[in-house]
Amino acid sequence: MSEFTEEAVRGELRVWLDKNWNPDLGLVEWRNMLADSGWGAPHWPKEWYGRDLPVGLVPVVDDEFERVGAVGVAKMGIRTLAAATILAHGTDMHKERFLRRILTGEDTWCQLFSEPGSGSDLAGATTRAELKGNKWVVNGQKVWTTSAHHADYGLLLARTDVDVPKHKGLTYFIIDIHQPGVEVVPLRQMNGHASFNQVFLTDAEIAPEFMLEQEGDGWKVATTTLMHERRGADGLRRYATATDRLERIYQEEAKEIAVALEPYKWYPQRAGRVDLILERAKETGASVDPVIRQEIAKLMIMAKSAEWTSRRARAAQEMGRAQGPEGSLGKLAASYIARAANRVHTAMTGADSMLTGDESPMDGVIAEILISTPAISIAGGTDEIQKNIISERVLKMPKEPRFDTDKPFREVPKNIV
Amino acid sequence: MKFSFTDEQQEFRSVLRRFLEDKSPTSEVRRLMDTNDGCDPEVWRQLSQELGLTAIHIPESYGGQGFGISELAIAVEEMGRALLCAPYFASTVMAATAILKSGSEDQKQLLLPDISAGETVATLAIAEESGVWTPDGVAMTAKQADVGYRLNGVKSFVLDGHTADLVVVAARREGSCGADGLSFFTVACDAAGLERTRLQSMDSTRKLARLNFEDVEASLLGDEGGAAGSLGETLDVAAICLANEMVGGAERLRESAVEYANMRVQFGRAIGSFQSLKHKLADMLLEVELAKSAAYYAAAAADENNDDVSAIASLAKAAAADAYMQTAVHTVQIHGGIGFTWDNDTHLWFKRAKSSEVFLGGAAYHRERLMQEWNV
Repeated sequence: MSEFTEEAVRGELRVWLDKNWNPDLGLVEWRNMLADSGWGAPHWPKEWYGRDLPVGLVPVVDDEFERVGAVGVAKMGIRTLAAATILAHGTDMHKERFLRRILTGEDTWCQLFSEPGSGSDLAGATTRAELKGNKWVVNGQKVWTTSAHHADYGLLLARTDVDVPKHKGLTYFIIDIHQPGVEVVPLRQMNGHASFNQVFLTDAEIAPEFMLEQEGDGWKVATTTLMHERRGADGLRRYATATDRLERIYQEEAKEIAVALEPYKWYPQRAGRVDLILERAKETGASVDPVIRQEIAKLMIMAKSAEWTSRRARAAQEMGRAQGPEGSLGKLAASYIARAANRVHTAMTGADSMLTGDESPMDGVIAEILISTPAISIAGGTDEIQKNIISERVLKMPKEPRFDTDKPFREVPKNIV
Repeated sequence: MKFSFTDEQQEFRSVLRRFLEDKSPTSEVRRLMDTNDGCDPEVWRQLSQELGLTAIHIPESYGGQGFGISELAIAVEEMGRALLCAPYFASTVMAATAILKSGSEDQKQLLLPDISAGETVATLAIAEESGVWTPDGVAMTAKQADVGYRLNGVKSFVLDGHTADLVVVAARREGSCGADGLSFFTVACDAAGLERTRLQSMDSTRKLARLNFEDVEASLLGDEGGAAGSLGETLDVAAICLANEMVGGAERLRESAVEYANMRVQFGRAIGSFQSLKHKLADMLLEVELAKSAAYYAAAAADENNDDVSAIASLAKAAAADAYMQTAVHTVQIHGGIGFTWDNDTHLWFKRAKSSEVFLGGAAYHRERLMQEWNV
C-alpha cells in the first residue's frame, strides 16, 4: 500500500487543492467536486466518492484542508450516521441515491429509533411496519428526534414481527419525511427549549426497496448506526467552527452550521459550565465561604481529573495501545461533574437562583445551567446504562438475568403508551 | 508521564510488580507489620542494591539513578499496591528529597550516596504533636551552639522515626514564626538527648514515631532561616508521591472487590450480577481512574517544574485521599461479613487508606490549599 504514505497523500492533495480550491464557489458546487475527487470522504470506498484511504491518514487530509482554509463535506447531524449505515448495509441503489446529497449537505437526515415506550431499551420498539400490497405501512410514534423538523429522510427502526424474540422482529428502513402520515411536533423540554421532536407515523408508506438488509435484520443494522453515534459523540464541536471570512462559500457554511447547531445552543449549560466557576466565585463573593470553597475545590478536582483521564485515553489511542478502562468513563464523569457544578452554581448564586431569564445572573445563563444539567445523565445513554456497560465490558462482571430476549415479543411486558 | 507512560516506564513497572508480588505477599505484610522495624532487611537490600529503587530520583553525581519524580511515582504506586513494609517513603521520598532541595553541594555529596545505596535509612521530621505539615506546625527551636546547633522540642508522626539512622528535622530560630526563621537540620539517631518512641499506629504496615529533642546536637542543612521554600517543595513532592502510592493501593482494592463479587454466590447467582454491585463497582472504577490521572499528571508537573505544581500536588492528594478511602469502604462492604474479619486482607489496605488520608494533611486541607494556590 505504498501509495498511502503520508507524504504521497499530502503531495497529491496539495496539488489538487491548489488547482481546485476557490472560496468563491458555491457550497454545493464545491462539495460536488469533493465527492467526484474522493477528497471529501477519503476513507470511503473508491467507487463511492472516496479514495480507500486508511482511517489513520484522514487527519493528514483534514490538516491540508485546514492549511488552505478549504471547506469540507457536510458532516453535522445524523447525516454522517446515515452515510455510515448505508455504506455498510445499503444496496447500490441506496448509495447512488443518497450518498452524494449527504456529502453536499443538500439532504438532512434524522434518526427514528427512540420511542415513548423504549428509551434505554431500544430493541423494545413497538412502532409497527406491516406489508400491505407492495408497500410497508408504518404506524407508531418516535421521540427525541433531532432535526426532524427540517429533515428530508429518516432512519427508521420498526417492528415487523411480534411473534419472534424482540431483537429478531425489527426491520430498518429509510423513510421519506415529506409524505402524508408523517407529522413532526416539537418536544418542549423542562428548560423551555425544544431541541427535539416527536414524530407521529400514521399509515406512512415505504417502498420495499428502502429496507436496509432483510426483514428482521433491523437490530443488526441499528447497531452500526449506534456504534457510529457513540464514536462521533465528541466530534460535533470540531466541525462547528465557522470562520468569519467573507467569501461566498464561508457564508453559506456559516448558515449551515447555525441551523445545525441551533438545537444545541444550551448544551454548554447542560454540562454545568465548570469554566465559569472560579470567575463566579470571585464575582459573587462566595469565595469567602469556607464550605463553598470546599465544594468548589471538589468540583474542580473532579473536572480536572476527568479532563486528564480523557487525555490519557486519547494518548493511548494515538500510540496504538490497547485502550484501558479510562476510555469508557468520560460520559459518566461528565454526569457527575454537571451535577456537582449545578450544586456549586446554586450555592454561589444564592437567592438569585430563584430567578430566570434576563433577571437571572449572566443574562439567564446561570438559570439555564440550573435547569439543564439533568439532561446529561440521560441523553445518549443513561448513567445506569453506562454503568452496566462499564461493569460488563470493562470489569467483565456477569450480565443481569433477562426475561425479555428469548420469548416472542408479543409476550414481553410493555409500557402502556 | 503526563498522559502516557513510555515503553521503558511500563517495563520498569512490570519488573517492579513482579518483584513485589514475590517479596511482599500479604503473608509477609502480616508478618512484618507485627515487628518493631516493619521491614525485611534482605528485601530492603535487594530493592536498594539490586533494583536501585532507593536511588531513583537522586542525581547520578550523588550516587543515584538520575530519573525523575515520574519514575519515583511508579515505584511508590507499585509499593502502595503491594503494601510493601519498608522505610522507603521515609528515606527515599521524604528525607532524600529534603536534602536534594535544601542541602549545599558538599552536604549532598556527603549524605546522599549512602541513602541512594540504601545503607543509610533516613527520615524527615516536620509535624509535631499538632499534626500539621506546614511552617506553622513547626515549633521546635534551634539555637546556635559552639559546635553546630541544639534542637529542643517534640516531633511526631515521623515515618520510621524509631529505626532511621539519620533524621532530617525542620526547626525554627527562637522567636520566629510562620515561614521566617525555618531551617533544616540533620541529626544522628544516636545523638545525646534524642528519645525515640514508636507510636501505636493504626496502620501497622506504616510505622510512626515520636521524637523528643532535649538539647540535641544537630548540623545545619542548607541556609540558616531559609528553608521555607525547600520545605514547601519537599512537601509537594511528598504529597505527589503519596497520591501515587494511594492510587496503587486503591486499584488493588478495587480489583479484589470485582474478583470477590464475581465469585461469591447468593440467591443462586454471583452477587456481581446484581446491578447494585455492578453500579457501585463502575463508580469505584471511575473514582480510582480519575485519581490516577491526577496523580500521574502531578508527577509530570513536578518533573516539568510546572509553576502550578503546588496546586496540582494538593489536587492529586485530595483526589487520592477521597478515592482510596471510598474504595476501601466499598470493598469492605462488597465483601460483606468476611470483609470485616481480621483474616480477610481488605483491612490491611483500609488502614493504609485511612492513615494516608490524613498523613501530610487531609483532603479538606489540600482542597483549601488548592483554592489559595489558585488565588480564589
